[in-house]
Amino acid sequence: MNWLHSLVARFGAGFGACLLALAAFWVLLLILLPQLAMVDFSFRPNLPPAEQGGAQDNYTLEHYEYLLRGSEADGYNTIDLAVFARTLLVAALVAALDLAICYPIAYLLAQSAHGGWARLLVLSLVVPFWVNEILRAFAFRILFGGSGVINDALLFLGVADVPVDFIRANVALYSGLAYAFVLLMIFPLYNAIESLDRNQVEAARDMGASTFRVHWRVVIPHAKPGISSGCTMVFMLSAGALAAPQILGGPSSLWFTQIIYQWFNTGNNWPRGSAYAIVLLVSTVLLVLLAMRLGKVRLSELGR
Amino acid sequence: MTAAVDLDDVSVRFGDFVAVRDARVHIAAGTFFSFLGPSGCGKTTLLRAISGFVQPSAGEIRIGGRNMAGIGPNKRPTALVFQNLALFPLMKVWENIAFALEVGGVGRAARRKRADELLELIALPGQGDKTCDELSGGQRQRVAIARALAAEPDVLLLDEPLSALDLKLREHMRRELRAIQRRVGITFIYITHDQGEALTMSDQVAVMRGGVIEQVADGNALYDQPESAFVASFVGENNAFRGQVREVNGDYANVATEVGMLRARQAGRNGRQLGVGDAALVFVRPESLRFATSDDGENNFPATVAGIEFEGRFWHVFLEIGAGKQRATMTRVNAPGGAQATAPPPATRGAGGEVTLCFSPDRSVALPDGPLAND
Repeated sequence: MNWLHSLVARFGAGFGACLLALAAFWVLLLILLPQLAMVDFSFRPNLPPAEQGGAQDNYTLEHYEYLLRGSEADGYNTIDLAVFARTLLVAALVAALDLAICYPIAYLLAQSAHGGWARLLVLSLVVPFWVNEILRAFAFRILFGGSGVINDALLFLGVADVPVDFIRANVALYSGLAYAFVLLMIFPLYNAIESLDRNQVEAARDMGASTFRVHWRVVIPHAKPGISSGCTMVFMLSAGALAAPQILGGPSSLWFTQIIYQWFNTGNNWPRGSAYAIVLLVSTVLLVLLAMRLGKVRLSELGR
Repeated sequence: MTAAVDLDDVSVRFGDFVAVRDARVHIAAGTFFSFLGPSGCGKTTLLRAISGFVQPSAGEIRIGGRNMAGIGPNKRPTALVFQNLALFPLMKVWENIAFALEVGGVGRAARRKRADELLELIALPGQGDKTCDELSGGQRQRVAIARALAAEPDVLLLDEPLSALDLKLREHMRRELRAIQRRVGITFIYITHDQGEALTMSDQVAVMRGGVIEQVADGNALYDQPESAFVASFVGENNAFRGQVREVNGDYANVATEVGMLRARQAGRNGRQLGVGDAALVFVRPESLRFATSDDGENNFPATVAGIEFEGRFWHVFLEIGAGKQRATMTRVNAPGGAQATAPPPATRGAGGEVTLCFSPDRSVALPDGPLAND
């Protein structure tokens, strides 16, 4: 309880207690309790308000079973499971895409840009995010639409004869998701690469290393905590995104969050929505932990 | 393999700033060569130009007779030991050392073997599996050198690699570095602001000031025959007396200074000879100043003792001379028997004593006036 002592020593007993209470309020009341309520919800049957807490309100696994089995007892809920798998896979791909896009930018920013030039670069990355999420998603829809800028350009250049349906092919969705979380990838990467001693890059070059080897052996190992931190955030937030899939998703492909939303909203089945949401939460966390174990990254390194 | 390095009127400019101006020097193959100068004198820029990280704005750099223009640092026969060592912290010691071999596509077993050989060379056998932060400062130092040597360079470049070590370790590493250089036999080019390092280790030293090479010579010649006021005042302690040349007599010049007429040997070369009327500086080393006896007819002047320090092997006598209270320092050896010439007379054993000093014209130099190291 060393930290408790230093807290009291620093702020006095009264103010220290206030700080502690505030932190506890935040963690317990605003984060932990609602989530626990959701967990509780997910194990209860979907009953009209009058019957809640009544004789039929017993814990049940029916919502989790529904995700696995669907309405028939001997089959599998292939539709929802496929959407679930696709969501996780695409979210991972979006994270990989963002990593590929952001790594060079972050490296340039961290290792070669100076002063005004660096500030301008950062500003030009941040300013587009002043535009709200919905507007940005619709802008992408316009960009990738049948008569959008990109199709116009392709037709004009003669690359395509008829407009490409980027929306149906989900290209618009993937690009929109990747773009939405670019900053969450760039800043952890920038922080990690920025702390790399430039002499190490020069030393590797001096010993004959190619650009690829310099990055593979020196820069990337050093930036690994930043890479995992960025990938984790992009993966989690992509898997949990709702607006971009609603607006940019193709007509025939759902995102798992859209199914959750349907259960809560039009389906009017909160327990089932909770169960789906918790499956998503737990599986993304497990996947991240697994990826970190495979990449030999410790959890504490993510905070750096 | 070892190679000579030639700089042919090399200049390096960064915008309007000239970091190195017309550097011309021949560094013989297999020698230990130092660039010595205060910080900002351009020595690191010159080293980076030789290693290929900086392109000269003018002039030519040749290594082993081959022009290095347009050849990148990874293609040059040089290896650089960085000031902060720049070891790779996430690799083991042996992986650090074998990095150049890894780059060259050497198999793992052969890499490990070579790394172990080099660890033997730097007297760290069996330490290959440690991480770099498990080593002490001096050991990391040697690993950085081994890593550079593993690339089998013709020329090893060292950028003040000892500056982070404490004094005792630094003195030990000087001898160690010199020994390693003799063993591997390649050219070492060493950058330092520490004249002790430069003088003790090097075959040849180039003294730099403001981007210009002032003098290239071995340590002895730098100390005894400085060719510029800067070199005379930067290398070792020196007492400087400013004045005007009144008479030139062969190798000697008579200079009228505040402390009187001083006769000193002329050391300036290459058109730096003194003429009558020139502004000049007479330099006398602390150990060349003596207490005058009745036989000393020239170069003697009165002085007041301002303080005295006993250092065991030496006395340092701090003096003030003339109305301008010009400061001077005198070093006397604590010789057994206390001969007249070496032991300070009783009068100097406290501050305020009046003494008469003198020096031999052959143990002093007269040089054209110019900026001093501590200006």
